[in-house]
Amino acid sequence: MAVLSHTDLRKGVKIELDGQPYQIIDSDFVKPGKGQAFTRCRIRNYLNGNTIERTIKSNEKVAKADIEATTCQYLYSDGEFFHFMDGTTYDQWQFTAKNVGDTVKWLSENLEYNVLFWNGKPLSVEAPNHVELEITQCDPGVAGNTAQGATKPATLSSGAVVNVPLFVNEGDWIRVDTRTGDYTERVKK
Amino acid sequence: MSGDWRPTGSRQALRLRAQVVQTLRAFFERRGSLEVETPVIVPSPGVDAWLDAPSVTLDGHRAYLSTSPEYAMKRLLASGSGSIHQLGPAFRAGERGRLHEPQFTMLEWYEVDATDVECMDTTEALVRAAAAVGDGRLRFEREVCDASADAPPFRRVSFDEVFEDATGTSARDPDTTRLGRLLRVSGVRSPPECTAEELVDLALGAVVQPELGLDVPTFVTDWPTDRAGLARIRPGKDGEPSAARFELYACGVELCNGYHELADPVEQRARIDAENDRRAAAGKDRYPVDEQFLAALASGLPDCAGNALGVDRLVMLIGGLKTLLQARSFAVRTADDAVPARIDNPGGSS
Repeated sequence: MAVLSHTDLRKGVKIELDGQPYQIIDSDFVKPGKGQAFTRCRIRNYLNGNTIERTIKSNEKVAKADIEATTCQYLYSDGEFFHFMDGTTYDQWQFTAKNVGDTVKWLSENLEYNVLFWNGKPLSVEAPNHVELEITQCDPGVAGNTAQGATKPATLSSGAVVNVPLFVNEGDWIRVDTRTGDYTERVKK
Repeated sequence: MSGDWRPTGSRQALRLRAQVVQTLRAFFERRGSLEVETPVIVPSPGVDAWLDAPSVTLDGHRAYLSTSPEYAMKRLLASGSGSIHQLGPAFRAGERGRLHEPQFTMLEWYEVDATDVECMDTTEALVRAAAAVGDGRLRFEREVCDASADAPPFRRVSFDEVFEDATGTSARDPDTTRLGRLLRVSGVRSPPECTAEELVDLALGAVVQPELGLDVPTFVTDWPTDRAGLARIRPGKDGEPSAARFELYACGVELCNGYHELADPVEQRARIDAENDRRAAAGKDRYPVDEQFLAALASGLPDCAGNALGVDRLVMLIGGLKTLLQARSFAVRTADDAVPARIDNPGGSS
């Protein structure tokens, strides 16, 4: 396993601590004049998304986490696992609900997702910044209510609920920003 | 980004830097100090347990990039140079951060027939002269510190006073439980296994120093003897043996490190050996002993005080910049330096 020295502990670097994979969100080098150096890191756990602080001594060796990112197509869920396929190698992978996390509400069959593998095993799934999904349920717009910016809730095929303008109807396809959960526009399908 | 070839410092910052550098040079020229230049490639980088030098190979022989020009400048002093100053690069392996770069610019000077107290007076006048290139104020993050010509004198406080004020315990005989609790309360997670010395260092760097020199630049004087560096030992304020060492802080940023210089070659060799022992205990290489430096001390170093000041940090404070690199043209890079990785958004959070 690759070992990192404390100068490698920079933003974005993936490390393994106490058997858990983390990514460094921020790091700050602290060194009193003529004294020992420390690197204060804010790190995010890939497994639960929690961010913690950890101070690392200059002579402490930290293992680099073997984390690989690739793009996979979402195939289907069998109720227990979510099945994905690597479009280049045609390898199929099953992810648990824990792996998928909050991204579950943006899952739509045949769409491509960014997935991470840790030591070659499925770790997590990230939605693209924008997805196009069908509205499966929403109330018709109320006649006469033409106020600017008025919205209503709509349920999407993936299960997510987003606020949409009144002119958007059940059966329409819309584009959503997955980072904010906001409606972007209506699209033709 | 690998494609980002532009300087880290803005044109405005680099212009300010040039003006500050001119001011520093003019200051010493007016005082009759001689500007010198010594090699950056050296046989021994300055033996210190916690300073690591990049090593280089020159024509098949081992050498180092200098962590400070101290040894060579003291050979000049012993040769009868009189007061001297040097503006040039200094190197530190393993130091990178908002306030650290592996290569930075150091102003190092020595005043013959001066003590640490007089050297602090010089430093104060110098910092005021440099601050006048801007509006006389030093800024970092939310802190502003007045160093204009008519501002009150810089504060001078002993190390023990500063440390005990901030932590409630003494650095010479620390209450580690208390230090651990203080760090936790300050939001610093100390590493799992820490010696008392490591806890003191972490508290100094993460809790004590960031609070120094917040309204008025502050000299920390009279250091514990185990943090003497190359300063001579003499009785401190309370009569206890203390190192004639000082550091200046402004807006929580350490700007310089000065000494009433140790001149005794026997004591000097003992300190070099002790630092090398600490290096070995920490699993680091011992550095070669610079015998020419020791021979110069044996031939007689004039009574003098010296100071080393980080020029990039001073420019950063005068310009109100966010990082040391914003006061420099470029970051140091190696052949292995890759494009910074992006931040992933792991599952389970959104």
